[in-house]
Amino acid sequence: MSEANPILETSAPETPLIEVRNLRKVYQVPGGEVVALDGIDLTINRGQIYGIIGMSGAGKSTLIRCLNRLDTPTDGQILIDGQNILAMNNKQLMQMRRKVSMIFQSFNLLMQKTVARNVRYPLEIAGVPKAKANERVKELLKLVELDGKADAYPIQLSGGQRQRVAIARALASDPEVLLCDEATSALDPMTTQSILALLQDINQRLGITVVLITHEMAVIRQICNRVAILDGGRIAEEGTVDDVFIHTRSAAGKRLFGILSSDEDDTVSDVPALRVVFDGGKEGMPIIAGLVKNCGVDVNILSADIKPINGKPYGQMLIERPEDDAVCKQVIEYLTAQGVTVKEVVNG
Amino acid sequence: MNWSLIWQGFLETCMMTFWTSIISYAIGLPLGVLLVITRKDGIRPAPTFNAVLGAVINFLRSIPFILLIAMLIPVTRVVMGTSIGTTASVFPLVVSATPYIARVVEQSFLEVDGGVIEAAKAMGSSTWQIIWKVLIPESVPSLVTGAAMAVTTILAYTAMVSAVGGGGIGAYAITKGYQRGKKYYDFMYVASAVLVLMVQVIAITGTRLTRRLDHRIR
Repeated sequence: MSEANPILETSAPETPLIEVRNLRKVYQVPGGEVVALDGIDLTINRGQIYGIIGMSGAGKSTLIRCLNRLDTPTDGQILIDGQNILAMNNKQLMQMRRKVSMIFQSFNLLMQKTVARNVRYPLEIAGVPKAKANERVKELLKLVELDGKADAYPIQLSGGQRQRVAIARALASDPEVLLCDEATSALDPMTTQSILALLQDINQRLGITVVLITHEMAVIRQICNRVAILDGGRIAEEGTVDDVFIHTRSAAGKRLFGILSSDEDDTVSDVPALRVVFDGGKEGMPIIAGLVKNCGVDVNILSADIKPINGKPYGQMLIERPEDDAVCKQVIEYLTAQGVTVKEVVNG
Repeated sequence: MNWSLIWQGFLETCMMTFWTSIISYAIGLPLGVLLVITRKDGIRPAPTFNAVLGAVINFLRSIPFILLIAMLIPVTRVVMGTSIGTTASVFPLVVSATPYIARVVEQSFLEVDGGVIEAAKAMGSSTWQIIWKVLIPESVPSLVTGAAMAVTTILAYTAMVSAVGGGGIGAYAITKGYQRGKKYYDFMYVASAVLVLMVQVIAITGTRLTRRLDHRIR
């Protein structure tokens, strides 16, 4: 961990690390076929935290499993670091997988081995000498804050601790990419937060590119730079998280964000307004009451469509824009500080 | 009561059971691995091979042991040098126990969480590494439970080798007890009691060992 990371030093920002071209995956089932991926194109740059979100059945799991060839696509191309991973033989695949690590929803730890042995596994199979491997295991356990648990067995750990072990294990082979397959979906909200913080830390400190799939908007919102919305095996929408979130265009995106019925355009009102978007970030916060109290403005709610998902608010609210620009600025600043997204909507 | 014969029978049964178990596991364990990895969803799919191997195993398992002994007499003579006696009876025992063990072992391997195998694959493990470092270690408790079952079954089968003049306490219970008439029934009962005790010891040892080896228990 202490060594300087070559990725950070040598690569300019915005260099593509993973390039997916026209990827298709068709499953043969009795009486026909199921198209899981229907022509996916996407580019993931070095150092990014790239989120792929979609409802279950959208194909996101298939997509991420194609990235390390746990699933073999029917058609298309995947380049990782310029190398075509679909043309690789078994030996090359093994080498590639040491550079493209993965963590899972169900952690998938070796239940009969201690935490330390779990983390040492990738080093053992790569033939790293024992003493050196043990040294590295210590560093990794420290990184994930599990120093004291080296000799514990997975059964003795909580879900969050198990995922930390899995992360340490995934990092052991010094990967360039960490694939996260619904890595926080089995965890409670508090633990999810700490795991996401850890992933962000790994991304920033070690320069490891993170690709994660999830069905939770809050996860994307919290740590991703870019997001792709997957729907029916196609990418419905792709861009920076802020952009996709505020200018949601696709129906799939709107469904995911809880903006179910209303179309963005027809909420454009007769008067200038502010769109306040709740993405589940704050729980039970009386934001509007706080706004009235803190900014001393009267809030005129024009429309609201907010529904709780997992106890968190998702959706949007349209409030009348204060006429005074300074007050308006103050309102936007206050709301932004509360963790919601605000965007001005012009009339017309 | 012929105690020295009881003792001799006990030792012979131990030897037969021991060697049969060792040899049958030496062959059955790899076969069990093959059965699992060549499945359609295994790590080295080979459906045709899997189907053929499965059919052969089922065929061998479907022949009653007492018939197998008789049918194998010529083969036993070639393999073991003789077709009668305690040593000779190890051969039909192995032929009978190996396919059974292959299935027991297969079942243990199937209990290993597929996600763990997948994770090992995703970490860049070779097939060999997955077998040695994941599949077998992860199923150790279940393998031990299966072994206790297999060994008690082999132990019970050793009684039947009296048909080809094999020794062992079970065989003596039949030939020196039951077949010699009521006067010798007490010998049969004592010999049977020894067999029951042996089975109990193996079963209890298996259970305890499993519990000690299984790290999924807090």
